[in-house]
Amino acid sequence: MIRLEPRPPASVSRMLAVSLAAGAAALVLAAIPMSFAGLSVFEAYGLIVKGAFGSVFAFTEMLTRATPLILTGLAAAVAFRAKLWNIGAEGQLYAGALAAVAVGTGAVSGPGYILIPAVALAGALAGGLVMLGPTLLKSKLGVDEVVTTLLLNFIILLFVQMMLEGPMQDPMGMGWPQSEPILDEAALPKLLERTRIHWGLIVALAASLGVYFLLKRTVWGFEIRAVGENAAAARHAGIPVTATFIRVGLLSGALAGLAGVGEVAGLKGYLTADLSPGFGYSGIVVAMLAGLSPIGVVFAALFIASIFVGADSMSRATGVSNYLADLIVAMALLCVLVSGLFLRFKVRFISAPAAKGSAG
Amino acid sequence: MTGPTNEAETVLRLDGITKRFGALTANGEVSLDLKRGEILALLGENGAGKTTLMNILFGHYVADEGQVLVGTGRTGLHELEPGSPHAALEAGIGMVHQHFTLAENLSALDNIVLGTEKLSSLTSAHAAARKKLKDLIERSGLNVPLDARISQLSVGEKQRVEILKALYRDARVLVLDEPTAVLTPQESDTLFGTLNKLAKDGLGIIFISHKLAEVMASSHRVAVLRAGRKVADLPTAECDLRKLAELMVGHEIVETVRDAGSPGAPLYVLDKVSAGHGRDALHEIDLTLRAGEILGIAGVSGNGQTMLARVISGLVTPVSGSISLAGQNETHANARKMIESGLARIPEDRHRDGIVGAMSVSENLAIETIRHPENQRFGLLRFRAMLEKARQLIEAYDIRCQGEDSQARLLSGGNIQKIVLARTLEPEPTVVLAAQPSRGLDVGATSDVHKRLLAARERGAGVILISEDLDELMRLSDRIAVIHRGHLSEAEETETLDRGTLGLRMAGHGGEEAA
Amino acid sequence: MIEILEILISPNFWAAALRIATPLIFGVIGALICERAGVLNLGIEGIFTAGAMAGWMAVWLGAGLWGGVLVAAFAGAVFGLIHAILTVPLGLSQHVSGIGVTLFATSLSYFIYRTALPDVSSPPRIEAFQPLDIPVLSDLPFLGPALFQQTSLTFLALLLVVATGYLLYRTPLGLAIQAVGDNPSAVESQGLSVYAIRIGAVVAGSSIMALGGAFLTMSAFDAFFFGMVNGRGWICIALTVFASWRPGKALLGALLFGAFDAFQVRLQTEVGSFIPGQIFLMMPYILSIAALIVVARRADYPRALLVPYFRGQR
Repeated sequence: MIRLEPRPPASVSRMLAVSLAAGAAALVLAAIPMSFAGLSVFEAYGLIVKGAFGSVFAFTEMLTRATPLILTGLAAAVAFRAKLWNIGAEGQLYAGALAAVAVGTGAVSGPGYILIPAVALAGALAGGLVMLGPTLLKSKLGVDEVVTTLLLNFIILLFVQMMLEGPMQDPMGMGWPQSEPILDEAALPKLLERTRIHWGLIVALAASLGVYFLLKRTVWGFEIRAVGENAAAARHAGIPVTATFIRVGLLSGALAGLAGVGEVAGLKGYLTADLSPGFGYSGIVVAMLAGLSPIGVVFAALFIASIFVGADSMSRATGVSNYLADLIVAMALLCVLVSGLFLRFKVRFISAPAAKGSAG
Repeated sequence: MTGPTNEAETVLRLDGITKRFGALTANGEVSLDLKRGEILALLGENGAGKTTLMNILFGHYVADEGQVLVGTGRTGLHELEPGSPHAALEAGIGMVHQHFTLAENLSALDNIVLGTEKLSSLTSAHAAARKKLKDLIERSGLNVPLDARISQLSVGEKQRVEILKALYRDARVLVLDEPTAVLTPQESDTLFGTLNKLAKDGLGIIFISHKLAEVMASSHRVAVLRAGRKVADLPTAECDLRKLAELMVGHEIVETVRDAGSPGAPLYVLDKVSAGHGRDALHEIDLTLRAGEILGIAGVSGNGQTMLARVISGLVTPVSGSISLAGQNETHANARKMIESGLARIPEDRHRDGIVGAMSVSENLAIETIRHPENQRFGLLRFRAMLEKARQLIEAYDIRCQGEDSQARLLSGGNIQKIVLARTLEPEPTVVLAAQPSRGLDVGATSDVHKRLLAARERGAGVILISEDLDELMRLSDRIAVIHRGHLSEAEETETLDRGTLGLRMAGHGGEEAA
Repeated sequence: MIEILEILISPNFWAAALRIATPLIFGVIGALICERAGVLNLGIEGIFTAGAMAGWMAVWLGAGLWGGVLVAAFAGAVFGLIHAILTVPLGLSQHVSGIGVTLFATSLSYFIYRTALPDVSSPPRIEAFQPLDIPVLSDLPFLGPALFQQTSLTFLALLLVVATGYLLYRTPLGLAIQAVGDNPSAVESQGLSVYAIRIGAVVAGSSIMALGGAFLTMSAFDAFFFGMVNGRGWICIALTVFASWRPGKALLGALLFGAFDAFQVRLQTEVGSFIPGQIFLMMPYILSIAALIVVARRADYPRALLVPYFRGQR
């Protein structure tokens, strides 16, 4: 018989332990589909680790992959802190990328120190505006934001396709649905020669510190935490709940939009409709794995990125589908959800005859 | 009142029940006997362990030690399977909780029949159930419209549905948790009349209460619980009010008394305020609060008190009418504006509206003034100042906590209320709204709340006290108005009122103002 | 104007509408059963995918068509059970658990499909359900082609609407489900298990959702494609709110939706050259959001939706 007892707030070290345990559990569980696919399990793990950490290039690839995940993870974390369920980071990412391309392919010209901020600002603004709709619908009409943000993902992706086949198609692209390339001045510089890591990573890390500071040290952060933990009490205490939701929505959307900016302006150079392999959805896993901590998001994003990059490389070596990576990430989310119980409750195992408690 | 004869059979026995929650012993070796046809009052103040004991009886909790025995009539007593509400129901134990356990989206009939039919059954035998219930209603006088949705019933009707639920299952023991908390004095009398009739028919009844008067008037026997232990168990005939009070609290009670006040000029005025819609609406409320007085608002739960408190708190804007505070028009002020204008608000549901449980004590103490320069500069929080202030308030208001950084949700109800009192009363507001300020608190915490409100009055503040506890209202208020179905009667001097008159007005009779 | 009218009175149009509505009927009925019991099941999108893949694969591996339907329902039940355990006795966030189940069910389905068929370029086909040809009825003038040229799965969906209505409003179990979604302690106080009823409802609802997925691969199409569910699950969640959690209105909502979709497809062939195709493809999602906005003010959510229940706590 299991008995759950509420416990006082968790220390940072216990939160860390829980996240690590959840990640480890997901990796262990991955052995089941791996052996189902006929892989030698230990060899496969070895290939995944090698794929993510085996060489300097592998490591930089992993960091490159982590960059958008940090930003979408922050987008989810900051929204979830306020209990604003933004599941639309995927769409906001595309909106950001689209705006970045609209500004960065020649609509505005100028030196890098003007163009790069302009592109970033446009992307952040676009992402934020996309999230504004669901936020307003939630706070003014009580429309569930989960469903609206999810549905918007589909609408925006179709809109992007429409633009890429229509007004924003690259005339030199031989008919492919892709945008014109970003101007050189508008592109985010590389961090290291002969790798793909770009300045987006620095932006992402700075964003993580910024969100941490915002939540911890500012009045707005205080209000976000209060609204998220108990909106009724916050309203009663005179905190502007709707305004707080709008701020959080704009910020969350902007962070996801920046992820899109990084992918087009830092990595790909132009926009296609398959820009994101689900960074928005993986961002939710990153945020949950991080316990919604902005600093934790960085480490969780590195973990998820190594699974993606490592599994890709394993997949190339063995021929086993790289959907394995998505599977591990999904299992990590379920695992972290369950292990969260260990934060909120002391779980006691009691021998059956002496069992005298009940869950609650 | 005379109870059943001595040789009457025992229908229920609690034997040495002990239940601990962590370090807290909620029940320590409590033993009780209930005879057929007996009305037993279980007396104790809030937090004495009454509800825990009944939850063990009904299988919501499992006791750490001791057992529950039920008598079946012929075979004597046998042990009840612990932790199973199903077993308790099967053994003929019916329970009427303080918070009704009714599905609002179903009819009274559906709620009563729920769980008595096999879930695998493809049809529902409502016709037979209806016949049995008609019979029961006729015999007991528990009149309810069987086909009405629960959401359309009054509080009294809901309570009758709860009792019918037990009777429909042929209960031999009926437990009622604070049954009069939501009733007018007259409705309470009717209820006890019904219970008496049911007891005469052989039902064993336990009612839980902290109201001495009703225990004296309506029980055969009293068991007193204090700090989880049974401290007395004696025939009601051998008790008097004073003795019971001392048994319940453990020491002599010093009641807070209000001295003759000297109300000043009108301070806060509601002029024909209407708000909300449906059952919770307010209709053209007129209210004038003077400086240095406590104005009590009496009423049965659900007659618009919640909406009135929300309007005064600035959470709901009136549809029509106007509000003024010290001459300023505040009709459209929101919560923050109200706070800034010097209106302190103590919410009725302190866990939901009063604190953010996951935030620290110091953050909860600062939450209403977080944008005030003493708590922030350029949008950045001033942690040191907040902590320093919190330390002062914890000291001044005797908030028992593990330091200003501990999470507010870990505090007891009384200490949570102290957080609310500290942050609202510290800035010396001119008007105080106290909605059900002592609900669920023990005697010590209640007296603390009362002292603070009287101190505010002493200082010259006007206090609006919304309460369902007539004793509290009559002790503290200079004047009392009654709210019924969203209409507020004109306030009258407390000295000119008595419980009977107030009770009638609470039920909507008497007093031409209470339309 | 005349042309629009022509579309609306054509039986083929209504046949298409009902065909489009079928997976949504399964989805809304499944979601409705879960939500009536107080559990939001955002696993629906993944459960659709799992049902589509599992049903199709069972048939492809040699099971009969109805065998495939059973396999799909079973797959749905398994994922429903995961969601139920996480959200009911453990009381974890229904939002996050649902998203987790969707990610898990989707990636697992894709992984199994890819592992079983590593090198196929075009998806293999099965012999799917054929339209049911009912003598006499199928030959009725308008109704015949509209109603009686559907596959058995469509009739199963319609049957489920009636059965769910009867269950919810006429049986003790249905009352218990309604009660547990409104006030769990009402159920507990009558000696019934809140957990058992909620878990049961989520598992049953999830297996019905999975049939919506199975319809896609075994009736609407005859193969499994990546991304074929394409947000239908989310649309069902919106439609459930639109239908105020009532089976009859759910059918109506799904049909309305199907009719609109069928209508815009026909419109597209008329004016397709002037308006980009994506505009039409967006319509279902925009329509779903619009439906949510329309009912927002009067949506009467089950009171205990999203609220976990712990025994002894009220």
